[in-house]
Amino acid sequence: MKITIDSRYCKGCNVCIDVCPKKVFESSNSRSNAGYLMPEVAHAESCINCALCERLCPDTCINVEKEGA
Amino acid sequence: MHNLSAKYLRQDALPYIFCPGCGDGQVLNATIRAIDDLGIREDIAAVSGIGCSGWIPVYLDIDVIHAIHGRAIPFAEGLKLSQPKKKVIVFTGDGDCVGIGGNHFIHAARRNIDLTVVMVNNYIYGMTGGQKAPTTPLKATTKTSPYGNAERTFDVSQLAISAGATYVARWSTAYPVQLEKAIKKGIEHNGFSFIEVMTQCPIQTGRNILKERDPWKMMQWYKENSTIAKKGQEPEAGKILLGELQAQEVPEFTQLLAEVRREFTVEDNN
Repeated sequence: MKITIDSRYCKGCNVCIDVCPKKVFESSNSRSNAGYLMPEVAHAESCINCALCERLCPDTCINVEKEGA
Repeated sequence: MHNLSAKYLRQDALPYIFCPGCGDGQVLNATIRAIDDLGIREDIAAVSGIGCSGWIPVYLDIDVIHAIHGRAIPFAEGLKLSQPKKKVIVFTGDGDCVGIGGNHFIHAARRNIDLTVVMVNNYIYGMTGGQKAPTTPLKATTKTSPYGNAERTFDVSQLAISAGATYVARWSTAYPVQLEKAIKKGIEHNGFSFIEVMTQCPIQTGRNILKERDPWKMMQWYKENSTIAKKGQEPEAGKILLGELQAQEVPEFTQLLAEVRREFTVEDNN
């Protein structure tokens, strides 16, 4: 799976880290340009494409796509 | 950025003004998916009032009116009567809908005019700093009730049903798929549809009422303190009742108005 987090709009609320049933996201120390602590995609290989992170991201900055699609 | 958001949002207005973890963004997300599923981008218009919830449709690249406080529903009624083919969706908050515009709300429900009202309920006036709203729970402390709220709470969905709304559903942001389906059903329903969304406000509700400022933990609180309505079963007492609470077919106002006008014109000619 190809998971992207848009650093322009992410506000670091960390809902994606908690909602993911496969623990794909982890908190990181990198900051976006707006100064928020961004989550990072740590285990993209265990993603099952349930798209809960897409639906529950309050800033709609997560996109999950099948690789090669 | 998600593909659907890139398709439906005004890119020059982003990012959202909502606080980190706000439920309004999740409601907007569900609405975008519902509009995309129905494929009605050209036929839809949105109206909103004042408050954080008033900013929800502003980012949508469709026809939008950002109306005055509490009067989102009258603006939407006027729009619907002048453009009966448009599907009108109203975004409003708990203070906006039942606090300031309560009378407009119950009369729109009584008329059964074809609107879809999405009310975002966060228990408090969030934008102005956490004042007590008509939906604030009993004995909750807020900025304007520092010793506890002595007023009883409005159950807005029950109010809508009593006033005559023909489709009523209540979900929380912890149920995004069901919320999207309810919005879709509300847009398709011919009559007054009312969808109440229990959302987290990590800043004001989190600080004042729930004493928990993590958005995910607040969503879990809503999940634990709610129960889903099932036919033939008594709901658990003391919990927020979620689910589809009302669905019935009753003649719709714009059609009735056209009918009455037609009858009047025929009699006049005779």
